[in-house]
Amino acid sequence: MSSTLLETPSTEVMAKYEAVIGLEVHVQLATRTKIFCGCATGFGAAPNTNVCPVCLGLPGALPVLNRQAVELAIRAGLALNCAVRPKSIFSRKNYFYPDLPKGYQISQYDKPVAEHGFVDIVLDSGVKRIGVTRAHMEDDAGKSMHDGHRDSDRYTYVDLNRSGTPLIEIVSEPDMRSSDEAYAYLTEIKQAMQFTEVSTCDMEKGHLRCDANVSVRLWGAPQFGTKVEVKNVNSFRFLKMAVDFEIQRQIGVIEAGGRVQQETRLFNSDTLETVSMRSKEMAHDYRYFPEPDLVPLEISDTWLNRVKSEMPELPTLRRKRFETEFGLNEYDSGVLTQTREIADYYERAVKASTDPKGAANWVMGDLAAMLKAEAKEIHESPLTPENLGELVTLIGKGDLSGKLAKDIFPKMFATGDSAQVIMDREGLRQISDTGALEKIIDEVLAANPKQVEQYKSGKTTVIGFLVGAVMKASRGQAAPGAVNDLLKAKLL
Amino acid sequence: MDVRSLTIDQVQTGLRNKTFSAMELTTSALAFAQAENPKTNAYLLFCPERALAAAAKVDELISNGEMLPPLAGVPIGVKDVIVTKGVRTTCGSKILEKYIPPYNATAVDRLEAAGGVILGKANCDEFAMGSSNENSAFGPVRNPVALDRVPGGSSGGSAAVVAQGTAVVSLGSDTGGSIRQPASFCGVVGVTPTYGRVSRYGLVAFASSLDHIGPFSRNVADAATLLKVIAGRDSMDATSAFAPVPDYNATLAQSVKGMRLGLPKEYFAGLASETASKINKGIEVLESLGCTVEEVSLPHTEYAIATYYIICTAEVSSNLARFDGVRYTARSEKSDTLSDMYRNSRGENFGAEAKRRIMLGTYVLSQGYYDAYYLKAQRVRNLITQDFAKAFEKVDALITPVSPFPAFKIGEKVNDPVQMYLSDIYTITGSLAGIPCMSVPCGNTVEGLPVGMQLLTKHFGEETMFRLAYAFETAGGFAG
Repeated sequence: MSSTLLETPSTEVMAKYEAVIGLEVHVQLATRTKIFCGCATGFGAAPNTNVCPVCLGLPGALPVLNRQAVELAIRAGLALNCAVRPKSIFSRKNYFYPDLPKGYQISQYDKPVAEHGFVDIVLDSGVKRIGVTRAHMEDDAGKSMHDGHRDSDRYTYVDLNRSGTPLIEIVSEPDMRSSDEAYAYLTEIKQAMQFTEVSTCDMEKGHLRCDANVSVRLWGAPQFGTKVEVKNVNSFRFLKMAVDFEIQRQIGVIEAGGRVQQETRLFNSDTLETVSMRSKEMAHDYRYFPEPDLVPLEISDTWLNRVKSEMPELPTLRRKRFETEFGLNEYDSGVLTQTREIADYYERAVKASTDPKGAANWVMGDLAAMLKAEAKEIHESPLTPENLGELVTLIGKGDLSGKLAKDIFPKMFATGDSAQVIMDREGLRQISDTGALEKIIDEVLAANPKQVEQYKSGKTTVIGFLVGAVMKASRGQAAPGAVNDLLKAKLL
Repeated sequence: MDVRSLTIDQVQTGLRNKTFSAMELTTSALAFAQAENPKTNAYLLFCPERALAAAAKVDELISNGEMLPPLAGVPIGVKDVIVTKGVRTTCGSKILEKYIPPYNATAVDRLEAAGGVILGKANCDEFAMGSSNENSAFGPVRNPVALDRVPGGSSGGSAAVVAQGTAVVSLGSDTGGSIRQPASFCGVVGVTPTYGRVSRYGLVAFASSLDHIGPFSRNVADAATLLKVIAGRDSMDATSAFAPVPDYNATLAQSVKGMRLGLPKEYFAGLASETASKINKGIEVLESLGCTVEEVSLPHTEYAIATYYIICTAEVSSNLARFDGVRYTARSEKSDTLSDMYRNSRGENFGAEAKRRIMLGTYVLSQGYYDAYYLKAQRVRNLITQDFAKAFEKVDALITPVSPFPAFKIGEKVNDPVQMYLSDIYTITGSLAGIPCMSVPCGNTVEGLPVGMQLLTKHFGEETMFRLAYAFETAGGFAG
C-alpha cells in the first residue's frame, strides 16, 4: 500500500517521535585490479571484457585475495578508528541472482577485518560521535541491464565487468537521530575514504553506495521501533530525502493505528518515495559459512604498522594542522579540507609562497569563483598551485599591488602562465625604484597643493587621497607601501 | 607394444630407444581405447586432436635430441570434473552437457607441460557425488574386472581406464574416497595426496575443503611420478601448499624395515570376511618386510560419516548454486519468471543424488541450524584430525581396508543412499583430516574381485606412504 494514502503528520505529531538511523555504506576500493583475480577494475569498458574465469565464476575457478585491497581495507579501518583484526575470515553469502555468477558473494561475516570504530560528525549543536560497528571486505556483483536493448521486453542482459570489484561495507551503529546527522555521517565517511585514498567515492560511478536502516519510537521509549531497510540511496540529497520520507511514513503508519512492518524498501529517485521491496517473510536466508577456498586473512603487527605509517593524513587531523601550522581560523580550515584535492592544492600553494593566509584567501576567493564560473574541479585548474603561491609571494614582496594581482589573476587562469611571465610580457612591473617614484610623487604634490596644505595642518587622513593619486599617475604600477613611506617623508 | 600393460618407465624407454614414436603410441592407444570403451563406458569423450598434437610435440623433442620430460608420450585419462580448455567438461551432469571450458586446470597444464598425452575425459558420478559411478548422467561405468559390477566412484571412469589398459595413468578426484574406493574395486593404485598438495584450480568444486586431485596407476612408481608432476604451490589456489615437492621416486626403494604401522581398531569391525583376510594377509607381508605392527585407536571414527555428510553437503549446496540456467548450457525454456527458470533448469538437469545433497546442505546451513550442524561438524572434524595426529606420534603409517566389501553389482545399492554412504566409512576419515592416503591392490576374492588396502600417513608424508606401498608391491603384495 502506498504510504501517500496516509496523511502527512503535522509538526506537533512528528515532534512526539524520535528517529533512529543506521547506515550501511558500500565503498569501492581504489585498487587497480579486482579483489580475487587480476582483471582491471576500470569503468566504462565494453560489457564483459574485463573478465576471467575467476570473476565469471566459471566451474573450477578459485579466488585469490588481492593484497592491495587488504591494505586499503586496513586503511579504511584505521580511518574509522576501528580495531583491525589480526585474523579475519571470509564467508560465503549465498543467494541467487543473474548478475551473481557464483551464486554467492564472498564477504566477511562474524570476523570482519575491522570493527568497533567511530567517526565524529560536526553538527550545529557540536560534535557527535557515531559508532562504526564494523567494516568488512567483499566482492561486488555484476550489473543487470533491464532496459536499453532492442529485446529488453523479453531479455535482461548481464555485464560482469563489475563482478569481483573490491568493496568494503561500513556498518554504523544506530546512533543517528535525523537525516541531517545521516548526511553529516556520510559526508565524514566520504571525506575519510577520499583523504586516505581508500576510494575515489565517485557516486556517479557507484563507488559510494548507501542503504539506510530507519525506525521511529516515541521519545523516551526504552526500545527501538521496528526497523526498515531502505536501499538504493545513492546520493547525499537522496539520503536526506529517503530518510525524511521514511520517518514521516512510519510515524504516519503508527498514528493511523497501524504497525510498521519489518521489511526492505527501495527508494525511488523519480517519485522520491520508498516502496516495499520484500517483507521479513521473504527475507533471504544467506546461509553464511566460512569460504573454504580462502585461508583466513592474517594481518601481522608488522604489516599493520607499515600500513599505519603509510597512511595519508585524515581530514580531521589535517583541519587541525592547517589551524596550528598556517594560523587559519576554523571556518577557513574547514573549507580548505572539504576534499583531498582542495587541501592538496592549498598546501602546494602555501609551499610556493610565504603567506599561508594570503594563499587561503586566493584559493577560497578568486580561484573558487573562477572554477565555479568555468565549472571546473580544482584539480582541473589551469592555474597551478605553484603559480598561485608565486603570485602571493610577489604581493608580499611588494612587487605586485593587490589591484595589479587582481588584474593578472584571470590571465593566469586562462593561460596557465605564471604571474612573472605575464608581467614581463605586458610590461607590468611594480615601480618600487625610489628615483622613479619620487619623480611621480613630486608631480602629484605639485598638482595638489590644497591637500598638501591640509596634511601639514594635521589632517593626516588626506594621505589616502595622495597615495591614490600617485597610484593613478603610475597606472597602478607603483608599490603602495613605498609610495606611502616616500609621501610621508616628503610631507614632513 | 601392448598398450594395456604399459608403464611410464616403459613408455620412456620405448621412446628413447625409438621402439615407437609418441605419435605411434598415441595412435594405437587411442585406437585401442576407442575400441574397448563401449565395454565399460569409462571414457565420456576422446580428444584425438589434442592427443596427437601433444604427441607431435614429444616427437619433436626427441628429434631435437632434447631431454624427455617425465610424462613424455604417456597416454592419460582425465576425470571429467577437471576442466580442459576447448574440450567439453561435463562433470557427469546434464547441466553441463555442452559446456566447453575456456581454460585448463593447473594439473592439466602441468601434466601436458610434462609431455603427457590426454586421450579423453573419464566418466564419473555427477559432480563427483557417488560411490559407484551410477550417478553419471551419461550412464554408469562397468568394472573392467567384472562387467556386471560397479567400478566404484566417484572416479569410476578414471580407475576403469587404468584397469582396462585404455590409459597408462589417469587423474581422478577424491572428496571422501572417490579415488581410493574405485582403485580398490578395480585393482589399481589410487592416491589421495595431502590437502593442498595439488592445486584445485580447475577442479570443478564439489566440497571445496575436501576436494583433492590425485593419480591412478598400475604401479606405485607411476603414481609417484604423476603426483610429482602435478603437485606444488599454485598461485591460483589460495589453499595450495608452499611445501616443496620431494622426488618421490628417488626414495621409493628405501627399506621399510623398522617402520611402525598402526592398525586402527575401529576399522576392522564389520568387514566382509574375504576383505578382512586379504587385508590381514597384506599386513603379514608388511611385517615380513620388517615393519612392526600395533593396534591404535581413532576414537571419533564413528562420527565421521555424519560429519562428512554435513560438511560436504553444505559446501555442495553453495558450489552448485552457479548452475542456475543463466550461464552454461542448460536452461529450461518453459519458464515465465526468474525463479521458475532457476527451479526448472535445476530441477530438469540435476540428478537425484545432486538434488539430495543440495537439499541436505541447504538445510544444515539454514538460519537456526548452522550451529547445531555445520559448526558442530567442523568441531568433530578437528577431533578426527587430532585422532590422526595422536596416532602418528606413535606410528609412521596406518593400515586399513579401503572398503568394507569389494565391487558390488550395478543397481544393487542405488535405492539405498544410506547404505551407499556407509561404504565410504574407511576413506572419509582421511579426507576429513586432509592427510595423504592411498589404495593398493592386495589380492582378489575367490570370485576374482580386487580388494584394496589403504595406507595413510601424516600431512605431507607422501614419501613414507609411497615407500611402504612400493615395498609391498615389490614383495608381491598386490597379488595377495
